[in-house]
Amino acid sequence: MIVIFGIFLLTLLVITAIAIVRTDNLFVAVMLMGIASLLIAGNFFLLDAADVALTEAAVGAGISTVLFLSALALTSERERSKSSNKILSFTVVATAALVLIYATFDKPRFGDPQAPSQMHVAPWYLEKTPEYIDIPNVVTAVLGSFRGYDTLGEVFVVFTAGIGVLFLLGSGAPLGSLPPEKINEGLRHHLIPRVVGRVLIPFILLFGLYVQFHGEYGPGGGFQAGAIIAAAIILFALLEGEQRAMAVLPTRLLLGLMAFGPLLYVAVGVAGIVLGGNFLDYSVLSSDSVKGQQLGILLIEAGVGITVTGVLLSIFHAFAARGR
Amino acid sequence: MEILGLYNYWVFAILLMIGFYAVIAKRNLVKKLIGLLLFQAAVFLLYITMGKVDGGTAPIFSDGGNAIFSNPLPQVLILTAIVVGISTTALGLGIVVRLKEEYGSIEEHEIQEIDEQ
Repeated sequence: MIVIFGIFLLTLLVITAIAIVRTDNLFVAVMLMGIASLLIAGNFFLLDAADVALTEAAVGAGISTVLFLSALALTSERERSKSSNKILSFTVVATAALVLIYATFDKPRFGDPQAPSQMHVAPWYLEKTPEYIDIPNVVTAVLGSFRGYDTLGEVFVVFTAGIGVLFLLGSGAPLGSLPPEKINEGLRHHLIPRVVGRVLIPFILLFGLYVQFHGEYGPGGGFQAGAIIAAAIILFALLEGEQRAMAVLPTRLLLGLMAFGPLLYVAVGVAGIVLGGNFLDYSVLSSDSVKGQQLGILLIEAGVGITVTGVLLSIFHAFAARGR
Repeated sequence: MEILGLYNYWVFAILLMIGFYAVIAKRNLVKKLIGLLLFQAAVFLLYITMGKVDGGTAPIFSDGGNAIFSNPLPQVLILTAIVVGISTTALGLGIVVRLKEEYGSIEEHEIQEIDEQ
């Protein structure tokens, strides 16, 4: 039954993707992209990847759509030119698709427990997580501790991308320097969005914090929480006007958060060295190595969450400020 | 059932190529970025599909005893890739917005024409 449901979702996904490419209205394409993200998130959930589904739903259907819409507001909503070399491109793509599909016949069947990818290191992580780290969510354990070095790299990529956007677009005029006619009032004067927003935003923020601090026990962690909290504040900015959102979280504070997250992460790593272990070895952070691991994961997840929130909100404000 | 076992991989191949088509055939830069996002989503699907184990659950221990778990490693990889993906997409959109301001167009061939003059 679940297999059939998965096939249904994937078929819808392919149809949506074709519609996205065929439409020449970019607004429609972006909206359909949100739907595609939601479909793929549902499918991740069916494939037992609860953490990934949560991230995809928050990032793909939420933040990505908002960013694309703000970019469209600054550029244009319509695609003006026809595709180039349609027949040639289609031939290349169709051939490559057929080759890829031919190659899939050598792959292990879906869900095969004997597949090579399930045989080597994966059982080791499932077996050793309770012994070394003792938290229920193996994904968080691998992300934060076993492969903490990679995650540090990812955090720096997110940070660098945020810096890049601010270099390109500027971080926006400071609050208070704007003439009153330029103040964006959002949907403040529309009753229904305002009331619904006021009811929803505190709970979205609460959920974000829950996802952040419950990441060791259930699906969640810094990446997801950062995306959810950023989505809540973007929703606030859309409803109440950007200025009010910036009064709550000023641009300077966001820049500080952007830099503080990676610094916290690195500081935890350096603390490991100072206390006599290796870089990002959390075992030495506490007298009990398992407790130390849990403390380390809690701290670096906080660093990740702070970075992601700061970067995504800074990027949003950079796009929004460009329109003025 | 045996043949349906490859369906996820076929969707991966088709989705990957739909995204690639948008990247090579479309001239609008925003559309190219959307194509890249589809391409990226296809890769995510491939990895997560490979981690699935029959009868497994999400790799989170619970009091239920020794359940079968799906492979956590591809999930970790893709989880971070999604967030990195949105950051790099935002960078791409930033470049598109700057191009629009400088050239007044987001169509690839029009920008090239202006450059040639």
